[in-house]
Amino acid sequence: MRTGGILSAEKAVEALIRLSAFSAILGLFLIFVFIGKEALPVLTSPEARKEAGLSKLFLPQEGPRPYSWQPVSEIPKYSILPLFMGTLKVTLVAILFAIPLALGAALFTSEFAPDWTKELLKPIIELLAGIPSVVLGFFALMVMASCVQDAFGIIYRLNAVNAGIALGLAVIPIVYTMADDALTAVPKSYREASIAMGASAWQTASKVVFPAALPGILAACVLGFGRAIGETMIVLMASGNAPVMTWALQKPVRSLSATVAAELGEVVVGSPHYHVLFLIGTLLFVFTFALNLFAHWFVRRLQRKILGAA
Amino acid sequence: MMGRFFIALSALCCAVIVAMTAFVLGDIAYFGWEKLTLSFLLAAPEQGMAAGGIFPAIFGTFFLVLIMTVAVIPLGVMTAVYLNEYAPKHSRLVQWVRLAIANLSGVPAIVFGLFGLGFFIDFVGKGMDAAFFGSRLVFGQPAILWAALTLALLTLPTVVVATEEALRAIPDSHREVAYSLGATRLQMVRRVVLPQAIGGILTGGILAVSRGAGEVAPILFTGAAYFLPYLPKKLNDQFMELGYHIYVMATQSPDVEATKPILYSTVFVLLALTFVLNFTAIWVRSRIRRRLRLAK
Amino acid sequence: MKTLALILAASLASAAGKTVTIKGSDTMVILGQRWAEDYMKSHPGTVIQVTGGGSGTGIAALINGSTDIAEASRPMKAEEKASVKRKQGKDVSEIPVAQDGVALYVHKANPLKKITLAQAKRIYAGELTQWSELGIKLSQIIVYGRENNSGTYAYFKEHVLGNQDFAPEVLSLPGTAAVINAISKDKNAIGYGGIAYGKGIRAVPVGNDEKSPALEPTMKNVLDGSYPISRALYFYTAGKPEGEMKRFIDWVLGPEGQRICGQVGYYPLKKPSKP
Repeated sequence: MRTGGILSAEKAVEALIRLSAFSAILGLFLIFVFIGKEALPVLTSPEARKEAGLSKLFLPQEGPRPYSWQPVSEIPKYSILPLFMGTLKVTLVAILFAIPLALGAALFTSEFAPDWTKELLKPIIELLAGIPSVVLGFFALMVMASCVQDAFGIIYRLNAVNAGIALGLAVIPIVYTMADDALTAVPKSYREASIAMGASAWQTASKVVFPAALPGILAACVLGFGRAIGETMIVLMASGNAPVMTWALQKPVRSLSATVAAELGEVVVGSPHYHVLFLIGTLLFVFTFALNLFAHWFVRRLQRKILGAA
Repeated sequence: MMGRFFIALSALCCAVIVAMTAFVLGDIAYFGWEKLTLSFLLAAPEQGMAAGGIFPAIFGTFFLVLIMTVAVIPLGVMTAVYLNEYAPKHSRLVQWVRLAIANLSGVPAIVFGLFGLGFFIDFVGKGMDAAFFGSRLVFGQPAILWAALTLALLTLPTVVVATEEALRAIPDSHREVAYSLGATRLQMVRRVVLPQAIGGILTGGILAVSRGAGEVAPILFTGAAYFLPYLPKKLNDQFMELGYHIYVMATQSPDVEATKPILYSTVFVLLALTFVLNFTAIWVRSRIRRRLRLAK
Repeated sequence: MKTLALILAASLASAAGKTVTIKGSDTMVILGQRWAEDYMKSHPGTVIQVTGGGSGTGIAALINGSTDIAEASRPMKAEEKASVKRKQGKDVSEIPVAQDGVALYVHKANPLKKITLAQAKRIYAGELTQWSELGIKLSQIIVYGRENNSGTYAYFKEHVLGNQDFAPEVLSLPGTAAVINAISKDKNAIGYGGIAYGKGIRAVPVGNDEKSPALEPTMKNVLDGSYPISRALYFYTAGKPEGEMKRFIDWVLGPEGQRICGQVGYYPLKKPSKP
């Protein structure tokens, strides 16, 4: 009787364990369903379509400004292309800033420098990684904006460069940690063989180790890119939030995620504006999801090619 | 020759990163130190955030991550246990679950905020109201419970990954010994594996708390408030929170000069909190790894 | 420590249920908070909670039924009032509680002596882009504004822009503090916002047109209506306020509440009578 009691209790716990494994999959599924559900009326409800249908979101409109995001207006305008452009610009600045720095630092600490430098740098990177994005946004708004303005002579105080650099600070730890893991994972024998053949430290690092670690390094870059695309608070506080349709980096930008964060509080539930904001959220989700899947697939292919060749 | 130049360049990269980190932290420490007194931490805000302290925000943050931890640790540990102890190796399902966890950690924070609003508040909350409370609005509105559950989903991958790392570090021989003594799988997990994985679970939990205390986007519309005259006590109360407080003070208060010292000190407090947590987790993790290396 | 005791007392009171919820305008959130603080000091049995999010948020909450009072720095639109009637079954009560001038701010080193409504409109519509067009030796005009969930945004759009669209280059910041902070660090900047304190900036006198005198947003000019862009700040309730809500609102409209307006940087409804 006691054995029976224990067995069924055990079975229950094990069932729970098996069920909980699905939590991550269930979570993703629920996110997609419940955000998509609120975004759907943009495609289906006649009222929403009239005001904010897909053609209004993506195609140029008549009038002096063909791509205008001004949803609170006598005639609401919902072109999300300036928002796409804003997100892209800030992300571009962030990865142009962060990836070379992070990869350079990872190369240095794992290939050229004595081990104690890594012991010193890793905690600092962890410190940087631990800074909440709201703090980085605060810093960019209060301090960095003036520095960037003076250094680059930009007339706008809050702009894509300012937000991009702050965003880069958030991306650096991600890229550094993964790149460092990838570089460290390259077997010592590769390096020893290269040195034995007379290559210098730099030649070994750049021509032997780095290519061998490429899958992990690429994964690091993609992860950094994904983080930059989705980040909200930094861009909300530091980019000026102006939906300008231009490639110029020194102008302010309005990103997709900052738009949602700034505007969702006010919308009347069920209005076309509300649904468009959820649509933006769905687009962000789908894009980062696809990016992650692609990275996963690409890295696996690369790994197979490299291992296959070796 | 060129090689030396590039090596120097890579060293420069290190230096730049260190310098920028020092700049950010130094600026905050310098300006934030001024107002940091015990009364600041224990008092409530006064005069429109131009005086007084930030106790309600500290309390709110603690209560928030407490609920989040209660939700995320069991779920995360069980998921990791399944993946490492129960799942047949190389099964398609396991691959999908791992992929899902990796994807979950890449979802933008604001999307979690939207999810909290669209699922927890508008669906679960309103459903609970309709089922149990008639037409009253009890759970179908921003509440600390929903904000905490949203954060739990956001930090789930952190707990799973850290726990799995700890589980994988336990040599299979330990498991085999347990089986040879007649234990069931669950008994083996409970008595042999989990106690040894405590370090990893702790690491994951601490990192999750650190992340949860710092993320603002997910709580923007799920329960955070700027000024509440009471401390959150019920699960459907709203709450003040350190990160949200920083955001609102930096952008909303009408007297920027008066608020600046308080703003900086609040940032200091949040940073100190996250750093203490992070470094504790790192210390625990490095101790585990050292023990692992010695065991091998 | 006294305030901590107050909070603990309020926590108990919230359990007893005499709570008034106020949501809405970020322009007014500090004012609402001060009112709440002082009212609770003299009426320890009540709990008043104040959250911001923008006038639109407060009004949306009023429509959804999740707030007692909506603070708004712009008047409610007819469709919004109709939505309240439809969803809550009550007519909206519109209660002006304070006055505010919308100031046009520039950096304190900017010598601009006056600005007309027409010039402000052209700047914010993107037609007037260089300081030289106004006779000032600076370069491009960097224009700051508020996010579209702000009542100040809506008010400015209606009364200064005449419902024309803002130029996309107008930088949208989430609160008055951000606008003031930005202008204080930017010589070329101009921005609008509710009256507030802030070092490093100055409010430019505004004139209705070229010929009218340009006035600063002082209490006198706002209260007698001569400052061109002044507005009332409102409390909105669904139906006529009752019970604790009514007591609070009456207190706000009374001498103590109105005195607080001045302390926070707004203007009372009427000039305070000489003591």
